[in-house]
Amino acid sequence: MEVIATRPSTFTKTPFTYCPGCLHGVAHRLIAEAVEEFGLINKMAGVAPVGCSVFAYKFFNFDMAQAAHGRAPAVATGMKRARPDMHVFTYQGDGDLAAIGTAEIIHAANRGEHISVFFVNNAIYGMTGGQMAPTTLPDMKTTTSPYGRKVDDIGYPIRASELLATLVAPYYIERVSLLSPAEIIKAKKAVNKAIQYNKEGRGFTFVELISTCPTNWGIDPVKSRDWARENMLPFFKVGCFRDKGEGVE
Amino acid sequence: MSKVLMKGNEAVAEAALRAGCRLYFAYPITPQSELIEYMAKMMPKVGGTFIQAESEIAAINMVYGAAGCGKRVMTSSSSPGISLKMEGISYLAGSELPAVIVNVQRGGPGLGDIQPAQGDYFQATKGGGHGDYRCIVLAPSSVQEFADMASEAFELADKYRNPVLILADGMLGQMMEPVEFKPAKSAEEMEELGKQHDSWCICPNEDGDSKHHHEINSLEIDPLVLEKHVNQLFAKYAIVNRDELRYEKYNVNDDNEILCVAWGTASRIVKSAVHELNCEGKNIGLIRPITCWPYPYAAIHAAIGKKVKQVYVFELNTGQMLDDVKIAVAGKVPIKFWGKVGGIVFTPAEIKAKLEACF
Repeated sequence: MEVIATRPSTFTKTPFTYCPGCLHGVAHRLIAEAVEEFGLINKMAGVAPVGCSVFAYKFFNFDMAQAAHGRAPAVATGMKRARPDMHVFTYQGDGDLAAIGTAEIIHAANRGEHISVFFVNNAIYGMTGGQMAPTTLPDMKTTTSPYGRKVDDIGYPIRASELLATLVAPYYIERVSLLSPAEIIKAKKAVNKAIQYNKEGRGFTFVELISTCPTNWGIDPVKSRDWARENMLPFFKVGCFRDKGEGVE
Repeated sequence: MSKVLMKGNEAVAEAALRAGCRLYFAYPITPQSELIEYMAKMMPKVGGTFIQAESEIAAINMVYGAAGCGKRVMTSSSSPGISLKMEGISYLAGSELPAVIVNVQRGGPGLGDIQPAQGDYFQATKGGGHGDYRCIVLAPSSVQEFADMASEAFELADKYRNPVLILADGMLGQMMEPVEFKPAKSAEEMEELGKQHDSWCICPNEDGDSKHHHEINSLEIDPLVLEKHVNQLFAKYAIVNRDELRYEKYNVNDDNEILCVAWGTASRIVKSAVHELNCEGKNIGLIRPITCWPYPYAAIHAAIGKKVKQVYVFELNTGQMLDDVKIAVAGKVPIKFWGKVGGIVFTPAEIKAKLEACF
């Protein structure tokens, strides 16, 4: 029998701790495959955030640092500057990156740090139990917006990719979704491009991955993908916002 | 090497460079800005990295990342900025990372002022950040000592894999004094630096070992595992407490009638007063903690001779180290305290007047 897929060598054997239907596992796999495909297992280091993916350091089979809430881009900056021969990425959720860590991500991007940032956006805080995120949609109910997010009171969701695309320095910024096999294949291309540019030392690369949170949305895994497609994708439009490698501006 | 006249802030920066510090991340704040400016100027000349971070929080987390890579890394700030760094310092201690943090203290609380003060003693020695941890705290009293402590701090940080704070103040940062530097690390020494960290730090897996998986981490979700980790940290701190106590005794003898205790800049002023009183035939001694953590409790206790009728503590705060002196003296003799706050520095004459009243 022909083997067409195996567990990437860039994963440890530690089982994932994610809820059923959560797409962190898919996002992790895309990164693990890219690191394997580009032959970077011995020179890659990742930074795990606070949030559901806080245990990412257990899952990837290369060096990992765990950062304080929101500080991953600063930690990655210190790592990359200390060891320019290493390749460094951060893996961050929407609370981590777009709320408490807003300053760190904007300034790491603005410095054009030679790191890759994988930003998983599911419009809610997962690990702390379903509170409002900076990416929570208008009128979306969460445990801290029980009457729905009121934009007059708390503002609109933050579009991190568009925000970072206003900066001059970033090399590559793309938003993809993980909601179907076809979209995952597109996401894989984006993740690969970010890692390839990282390997080539081209500059700051950023991939936003639209994801789901069946547990905290209270929607079953299949329906949660439909919900994300109908509600998240109109606000968080997928697409490439910056690709200096392709000449796309 | 001959002595050069330098500001404290610049001297500590130069000494850090000579000690092999090649990564420095910080944010400007008075009265330590000459330190960041010196690093901005010199780091590119030695092939090092200088980043003016977007905040103190980012700076300390850059330190965390670089320290996690086993490199000699430093940050500096003054009181309000050090408060912002406390989250990162707790993470450094929890993850057992070596780093040097310089605090050029100013008056507080809050924004306070920009004059010298010693109001961050509690923050430095009793925690500051969250959780059960300790930082090694070195307190200089001259520009020379400030500079010397840079290399000592890196040695201690590397030896114990622990953050080391240099607790200076605006007076030491801003004053100029002659200073003699240790020779800079040679190329061979630089090559060796940090190699003791290769077994755990983030580094390339050069031999392709499939078990190479280094984690820089302070998260232990299992309470029993965390309990063990914290107990291990405190076993390490016990060794620091045993082996790394530093203090200075000035005219401490069995015939002392008064024993003064002071640290940092304050100790220097007290020393002048003690010297004058000694010249006038009064027998008075001074003991100065050089490490504020670990604290020389036993040394202070032992310094209380049979004739001592009073221990007198002087600080540029409202009595933060006084608590430690009380523990050290353990009720043996009465203790008095006098301090000044607001960034106002007492004079030798003021101290002398306070002490004369005790005889």
